[in-house]
Amino acid sequence: MSITAGERTRFGRLGDSITRPDGGAKVQGTFAFSSDLGADNALWGATLRSPHPYARIVSIDVSPAYRISGVEAIITAEDVPGELTYGLISQDQPVFASEFVRFVGEPIAAVAADHPETCRRALEAIIVVYEVLEPLTDPERAIDGSHPPIHPDGNVIRHQRIVCGDVDATGAVVVEGNYEIGMQDQAFLGLEAALATPDPGGAGIDLHVATQWLHEDQKQIAACLGLPVDSIRLTLGGVGGAFGAREDISLQVHTCLLALRTGRPVRIHYSRAESFLGHVHRHPARIWMRHHATADGRIVKVEARMVFDGGAYASTSSAVLINGITHTQGPYKCANAIVDGYAVRTNNLPCGAMRGFGVVQACFAHESQMDKLAVACGIDPIELRLLNAMEIGDKLITGQIIENVAPVARCIRETAALPLPDEPVGGHDGNVMRLPGGAGRTADSGHIRRGIGFAVSIKNLMYSEGFDDYSTARCRLADGIATLKFATSEVGQGFVTIAGQIARSVLGVDDVVLDPIDTGVGSAGSTSASRQTWMSGGAVNAACHKVRGLMFDAVASSHGLDASDLSIEGADIVDSVGVFRISVAEATAGLAFDETVEYRHTPTEDLDENGQGNCHTAFAFVAHRAVVDVDPELGLVKVIQIATAQDVGRALNPLSVRGQIEGGIAQGLGLAVMEEIIMTNGRVRNASFTDYLLPTFLDMPDVVISLIEEPDPIAPLGAKGVGEPPTISSTPAIVAAIRDAIGRPIDRVPVRPTDIVALV
Amino acid sequence: MSDQLAAATVVGLDEHYRLHVNGTDHDVRDAWVGESLLYVLRERLGLTGSKGACEQGECGSCSVLVDGELVCSCLVMAASAIGQPILTIEGIAPVGSPSDVQQAFVDAGAVQCGFCTPGLIMATHNLLERSPDPDVVEIREELSGNVCRCTGYGRIIDAVQRVSIARRAEAAE
Amino acid sequence: MPVLVPTTLDEAVSALAAAPDALVLAGGTDAMVEVNMGHRRPNVVLAVSRVSELRSWTVDPIGATVRIGAAVTYAELMSSPLAEMLPALAEAARTVGSPQIRHAGTLGGNLGTCSPAGDGLPVLSALDAVVHVASTRGERSMSVHDFMVGVKRTALEPGELITAVTVPMLSGWQGYSKVGVRNAMVIALATACIAVDMPSSSIRLAIGSVAPTILRCAEAESFAIGAVDFSTMSATVDTVRRFGELAAAASRPIDDHRSRAVYRRHAIGVLSSRLLRRAFPNE
Repeated sequence: MSITAGERTRFGRLGDSITRPDGGAKVQGTFAFSSDLGADNALWGATLRSPHPYARIVSIDVSPAYRISGVEAIITAEDVPGELTYGLISQDQPVFASEFVRFVGEPIAAVAADHPETCRRALEAIIVVYEVLEPLTDPERAIDGSHPPIHPDGNVIRHQRIVCGDVDATGAVVVEGNYEIGMQDQAFLGLEAALATPDPGGAGIDLHVATQWLHEDQKQIAACLGLPVDSIRLTLGGVGGAFGAREDISLQVHTCLLALRTGRPVRIHYSRAESFLGHVHRHPARIWMRHHATADGRIVKVEARMVFDGGAYASTSSAVLINGITHTQGPYKCANAIVDGYAVRTNNLPCGAMRGFGVVQACFAHESQMDKLAVACGIDPIELRLLNAMEIGDKLITGQIIENVAPVARCIRETAALPLPDEPVGGHDGNVMRLPGGAGRTADSGHIRRGIGFAVSIKNLMYSEGFDDYSTARCRLADGIATLKFATSEVGQGFVTIAGQIARSVLGVDDVVLDPIDTGVGSAGSTSASRQTWMSGGAVNAACHKVRGLMFDAVASSHGLDASDLSIEGADIVDSVGVFRISVAEATAGLAFDETVEYRHTPTEDLDENGQGNCHTAFAFVAHRAVVDVDPELGLVKVIQIATAQDVGRALNPLSVRGQIEGGIAQGLGLAVMEEIIMTNGRVRNASFTDYLLPTFLDMPDVVISLIEEPDPIAPLGAKGVGEPPTISSTPAIVAAIRDAIGRPIDRVPVRPTDIVALV
Repeated sequence: MSDQLAAATVVGLDEHYRLHVNGTDHDVRDAWVGESLLYVLRERLGLTGSKGACEQGECGSCSVLVDGELVCSCLVMAASAIGQPILTIEGIAPVGSPSDVQQAFVDAGAVQCGFCTPGLIMATHNLLERSPDPDVVEIREELSGNVCRCTGYGRIIDAVQRVSIARRAEAAE
Repeated sequence: MPVLVPTTLDEAVSALAAAPDALVLAGGTDAMVEVNMGHRRPNVVLAVSRVSELRSWTVDPIGATVRIGAAVTYAELMSSPLAEMLPALAEAARTVGSPQIRHAGTLGGNLGTCSPAGDGLPVLSALDAVVHVASTRGERSMSVHDFMVGVKRTALEPGELITAVTVPMLSGWQGYSKVGVRNAMVIALATACIAVDMPSSSIRLAIGSVAPTILRCAEAESFAIGAVDFSTMSATVDTVRRFGELAAAASRPIDDHRSRAVYRRHAIGVLSSRLLRRAFPNE
């Protein structure tokens, strides 16, 4: 008789669709988001922000605000004890503006008071005299030098070229276009919030904050406070979504400064309007792109010029630029390329990380180009993409060889094979909610045209360009219970779920305890770049394997076995011949193992002056097909269905993967048809959820999904990050479907009714 | 204060008022009367399950029932809700014993960051009480005041349908 | 800084007389936004949603009108039996905000805010509704056209409270259309309401979001009345097109961050043509 592994395998291992460990608390309202945290005697903090995109500060008079009862502290740049500026890549952004303000919303002062309303009145009472200056809002003027520098570091944040292969190569078919991508907001629902509690005497501070990267915050806060890094202790406050917007510092330093100044706990909560000004956004971009191809549709060369508007401060603009230009070719073979890319400084809102990180912009351009190329060559757009589909071993325009699993053709074929919606325009029941315009009853079925569009993308995973990218995890195993410690920000993506699955699979335990997420262990890096499953998953996996090794050693020595013969089967330790079996709980009774591991991916390199180098470490691929119904006369759109086949490597938790895919597509849909921060001469026109529109239940369609599981041998668990790809090519697929419905070109996103109707 | 003013129920800044939340009377003291019900629930009564994300009724995260009606608590002036029964997420089910809707949200994968979740739980309970067997389009319309930024809504719709089906099966037994 | 919660109309108007600058709060869906943002800091708040006279509606079968209390909510307007009596108002109510907003927001609040994008207002305009107001000085009534003075400006005088709206029940097709760039929870870029009254052979067209207040399109109305065939409920393709052109010409839209004037004018034309076709389905 043999015992098969499956019989004893417990639910909750890798590959199982188990539910979130924090799900119960979240549905009952007891999960503590950072905005839910309070403390005895706590004060409220609030931030005074610039009303001007560019101005010289002549004077700041805070004294009237001190006369308001309940105001406890007011701080400005003069009160910053350490570094006066901060930033993720270059430290170019002031904690508080003192000489110049460079964007609408730039912090100038902060107050602490007994009530949010007292704070509001105090902010209104502060008198700032400005000498208003002409703002730089056109990115081209940052490049051509026609506007004086608005910052000591100059108006060009980074310029990078890619020159690859035969730059004079040409093809029988040439297509080109100018594309524009609007500024998208991450629009997480859980607004920025923090609680800072100072140590008696002010030697240190505890900060609970919703962030993507605790240790980077810690480093930047410590520098600005002029305190040792260890004295700044960060704990992750429950995070209500992030999507890139919490990678940069926002309220962290201000909250700590107010707490240290008053000696009391201080809470700062941003309002929605303030949040639009208080965090970085997706870069608006203008892209010119030209493709040369053979008459039968094979890509010969791509040329592009990309301009990313970084806004007033650098944030991650230089890395976003590199992502954009290195993804110019898309998931297609291309031997020759000339790309010129700029990330520039303007007096617009600062831009930085958002899901897709530069690749969203590039993909909208290259996929629009693929459709143009298909038309020019007389080839079906799907066939054209298959013809050029990248494969493992192909060389990118940076000279880097694709070493990971690259099932591009399979993504395309499986997406194309997914079923189309079976409902006709308007459905069968006459419910107006099925038509573009919905309850507005703007159209009848006869006014509507249906269109289908297709798009494919490639996305780099993890950090690039030589960054020392690592994650740390600690695993303790005692009495059959595994305890995991990591500083990985759980922002909703579900790392806490798969961390437990990893430990159960590796160690054969059922009970996994997750320690608080804080700076009490080494850095996990940021929850961004689709990297945590790979990086922190890799770290947890490695720590658990080390502990398992110690456990096997102990079991082997106490039972006279060879540790190399032992393995985990379900909840038991067994030997290779099936004679020995002991439960992990029994084997570890009275024992304790404790290991901490730093996991690193393969090192990457900087790009040289021609944009050559192994700057990325791994890639994921996805295809999207969109079906849309369009009212061409009114320019209204309803997306009817998205189909997608995504290269996930291995789905560690299929339910969770599905959630990432559907959620990512919703953000891609938002960029396609409604989401844009509208700025006029440096001023934001729509900083509210009334006017910055997010997709609702009635805007987001059903999603048909095929998971392509080809475990990647490079990935520690075979799994690729799945968060970003859904956001990237869903946008151009929807736009392609709109073009298909109306038969006219559209070269910018979001697509507005006026772009569809084409009014004079 | 004039006689005319005295004729109406008056809540003044220096007085306290009382809210009836989840079956219990709660005293609210020393409050600024401009405070929304959301603020009072969260900051004065310690009921932080209702979430604020827009302050203007455009996201549904703060949904509660006032006098049986699903409303945005950010748009209710707290002092104007005196004497009316208020039901919040904390009043849906005891901690550790989730309602069928709450459990379905967990099981269906309808929760990611979870910030919109309490508001959606309130809206879903309200929907299924009024319309026990909604089709997908009705679910979408009835929940369209609750914005979720993480899930793309697919798993939430699945959760609502699971409850609807389970309740029907239970009723048939 | 008190909050007053009257339960009778007498209490409400007395309180308002004593504090004419009070913030009148009905559903709160507009007023509380202003308070939350710190844009309004009222000294006195008058919450009228529990005034029984404002919460009710009555039908006058002889006069063929419905008198709707100012605190009747959109949710009530879009439900039976009001929805059957005033179908265009029900359609408009369904487009307001979200279910949560429709449970709280009121027709009186829509009038009191008097936004050009107010969803109920084109319907009240097309139906020639009458607005009733009350104060300690007494009651008065006026046409909704006279009530709406400008962008967020009304004919209300200090101390006056909107009490009700009398809306005629016409005999004929009526419908409402609203353009927004999202399929739910959206502010109108353009709205239109057509109401046909068969006994008087009249066609009314009101448009919103394209002028400081709601506009009636007199030229389009008289053109349509002369051009359609009421006996066969038919309108030619040219009539439908021309009707839209006249409606568009009547609009006076502006450019703002939500859209462009040229689009709003175009949309008014499309909506008006389509509405006329729904009213007169035969070619």
